[in-house]
Amino acid sequence: MSVIYVLLTISIIVAILFFAAFIFSVKNGQYEDSYTPSVRMLFEDELVAKATKEKDTTNKYPTK
Amino acid sequence: MEKCYHCGDSCLQVTIDFDEKKFCCNGCKTVYEIFSTNNLSYYYDIESSAGATPKIVEGKYDFLENSEITDKLLEFKDTSIQIINLYIPHIHCSSCIWVLENLNKLNSGITNSQVDFPKKMVRITYNPKTISLKAIAMLLSRIGYEPTISLEDYTTTKKSTNNTLLYKLGVAGFAFGNVMFLSFPEYFDLASSAQNGGEFWLNKYQDIFRWIMFTFSLPVVFYAAQDYFISAYKGIRSRLLNIDVPIALGILVLFLRSTIEIILKWGPGFFDSLTGLVFFLLLGKFFQQKTYSFLSFERDYKSYFPIAVTRILKNGKEENTQVYNIKRGDKILIRNEELIPVDGILLSKHTQIDYSFVTGESEPVTKVSGDKVFAGGKQLNSAIEMEALKSVSQSYLTQLWSNSIFKHNKSSAFQSITDSIGKRFTVGVLSIAFLATIFWFFYNPSMALNVFTAVLIIACPCAIALASPFTLGNMLRIFGKNKFYLKDTYTIEQLAKIDTAIFDKTGTITTAKKNTITYEGYTLTKEEESLLKNTLRSSNHPLSRSLYNMLLEQNIVTLDEYEEHLGKGIIGTKKNATIKIGSASFVKNASTKEVNNTAVHISSNNNYKGKFVFKNEYRKGVSKLFKTMSNTLQLAILSGDNAGEKNRLEKLLPKLTPLFFNQKPEDKLEFIRSLQDQGKTVMMVGDGLNDAGALAQSNVGIAISENVNVFSPACDGILDATKFQELYTYILASKKAIKIIKWSFLLSLFYNIIGLYFAITGQLEPVIAAILMPLSSISVVAFTTIATNLLGEKLR
Repeated sequence: MSVIYVLLTISIIVAILFFAAFIFSVKNGQYEDSYTPSVRMLFEDELVAKATKEKDTTNKYPTK
Repeated sequence: MEKCYHCGDSCLQVTIDFDEKKFCCNGCKTVYEIFSTNNLSYYYDIESSAGATPKIVEGKYDFLENSEITDKLLEFKDTSIQIINLYIPHIHCSSCIWVLENLNKLNSGITNSQVDFPKKMVRITYNPKTISLKAIAMLLSRIGYEPTISLEDYTTTKKSTNNTLLYKLGVAGFAFGNVMFLSFPEYFDLASSAQNGGEFWLNKYQDIFRWIMFTFSLPVVFYAAQDYFISAYKGIRSRLLNIDVPIALGILVLFLRSTIEIILKWGPGFFDSLTGLVFFLLLGKFFQQKTYSFLSFERDYKSYFPIAVTRILKNGKEENTQVYNIKRGDKILIRNEELIPVDGILLSKHTQIDYSFVTGESEPVTKVSGDKVFAGGKQLNSAIEMEALKSVSQSYLTQLWSNSIFKHNKSSAFQSITDSIGKRFTVGVLSIAFLATIFWFFYNPSMALNVFTAVLIIACPCAIALASPFTLGNMLRIFGKNKFYLKDTYTIEQLAKIDTAIFDKTGTITTAKKNTITYEGYTLTKEEESLLKNTLRSSNHPLSRSLYNMLLEQNIVTLDEYEEHLGKGIIGTKKNATIKIGSASFVKNASTKEVNNTAVHISSNNNYKGKFVFKNEYRKGVSKLFKTMSNTLQLAILSGDNAGEKNRLEKLLPKLTPLFFNQKPEDKLEFIRSLQDQGKTVMMVGDGLNDAGALAQSNVGIAISENVNVFSPACDGILDATKFQELYTYILASKKAIKIIKWSFLLSLFYNIIGLYFAITGQLEPVIAAILMPLSSISVVAFTTIATNLLGEKLR
């Protein structure tokens, strides 16, 4: 079998993987609120500096 | 003046020192205490003074103990885990997000809380065995984040956001990208096709490439593009040639011809153009949607009405019940700051009711026992009892929503500029296609079918279909930045067409907050002024408060005697001087003929002195706005108020502006309808729920709002009150946007003509279509985006 079939199969599989990732992200609600995560991300950084004495960061920012 | 560490307000009356910080009240101090003892003081580091003074009304959330109600509110329910979505209007900064997502530090029963900032919602997962829903609501209120639970939450079934367009866009984009890749070998092998030798490698494998492209195009045609087929079918069935007819025709012809080409091994087909076309079209559709998730344009009374009320049973017990269960004759209890849900008769001695929701009138009305109270008013005194006369949906205010106009969808009945072009376009394309085919049929019959399909493919109005969504979608965003929030792009097209503008008075062209006060009568002596101010100081009536704030500073004297006659006026005595302040009948001891203005009368030692007249303050630039608008538009004022302001309005507005007073909500609606029957395109500008009917009936209903987050009736657009004087500029900008669309139609026609040249002469190669179609789309998108941005620059 020619190598072209292998290459085509691989390229399509990779493409479909990314497509599946997109569908998953929409299903997961990542396109519903596009603002809050950008703010939330900044908290965590500052907390690390502060949270050295309070190590209770159990499941603080779970993503659903 | 000290600023409160928690809420940032000036500390007016008292300043509380605590932990080396200043607080304006005990409430703010308590919230600080809660936060600092729970390791949440980081709240103040993110954003300074972000808090709100907590307002705790005992019993406000008692209805959350009623499982019949909570079942409707909960998103998920189990014995050990429950999920609730709560709307919290105070969410406004990053501190809010942080503290609300750390609720688990305040109560271990809460396992997880997640904020959706644009929607101002928080989604709380909790264990009902440890903490009840009512306790969560109380906890949030205690820290200044009072959740609002309205009747709307009860009636609407949980709506899932519609992601179909996103999926379709994903499918089309995925297929487009892959088909482009697979087409590359064919693009590079232009000169050497299979017939004249060509490259061995390509000739050997071209079938596999082509059939993979075919497979990728299947979901695009049958899933991503299905809306165009449905819309075109509907259009044809109702004998309307909308823009989707040539689009659907183009997609269908592209697909069929390409499939036949690869079956018969004529060529590679146009799968790249096909998938690209659908992708660009869907991109335009996606761009056209701009939703302001913090605003709602479909609100009716349900968003403002409470979900439950306290009913007093015959045996004197109190019971929380759903408002729809209230029947005629039920006794109900309304607490401070609660909304009256039904029309009824007041049983308690007296109260003050703020009808600003209903009429836009900011001044509270005093009601005494036996008076009729209408649904929609906010109760400002301590708890009252009332007897219901009607059920919720039959009340005076809510009845308005049974009018059929609220079930009518404006945008579906409206023919957009693209559709009206689409009709002519379809006719044009079809006639060119037939003429060219007939010509080729006699000249060279083997080419006839080729030319026919090529014309339909290249004339597919991709660029035309993109012009309007990108122009108007961008305009929508520009307006949004300028605090003019529109529901959809149809509204801009309608706004450009209006020839009549109708305004409500109170709250729309007048401000809701400030009152101008003028004094008419004999001048008061110094002693009288001092006595007046000191007497007013003891009164809590809103008119007294605003009059007190306006008068000059006086020394504080203790009165010898002070009497308050509810709903009538007040009497203050110092030594031998007595002052009477209040309504005309109370001060003059005689009923005078009804005066239309709001006034406070004064008499000193029983000698009538004069009156303070309260006037509405008009918004800045009203006069100028009306003057410029009257050049091109017909104007009128429709007011629910009495004619007391008639003279002032006539001076303020251009001559002969029609003024109508004492208009009921239904009258306003009928007035707009009669104008429309005369063939006018009407814009209604209003603010209160009483304008809701007129806003729905009008072609464009604009609500003016002092605070866009708080209140607006159902409408097509919300204008921030600070931008009121810009209204006409915005109308002109919409007109210009329509011009931009027309220019881009010309631009895309130019591309179509080039394409048609190739098609008619029978030399349309897939690569030409693959270049021309994206090129025309991209240049139209670039043109409209740049043009609208230039337009937007001028607005600022």
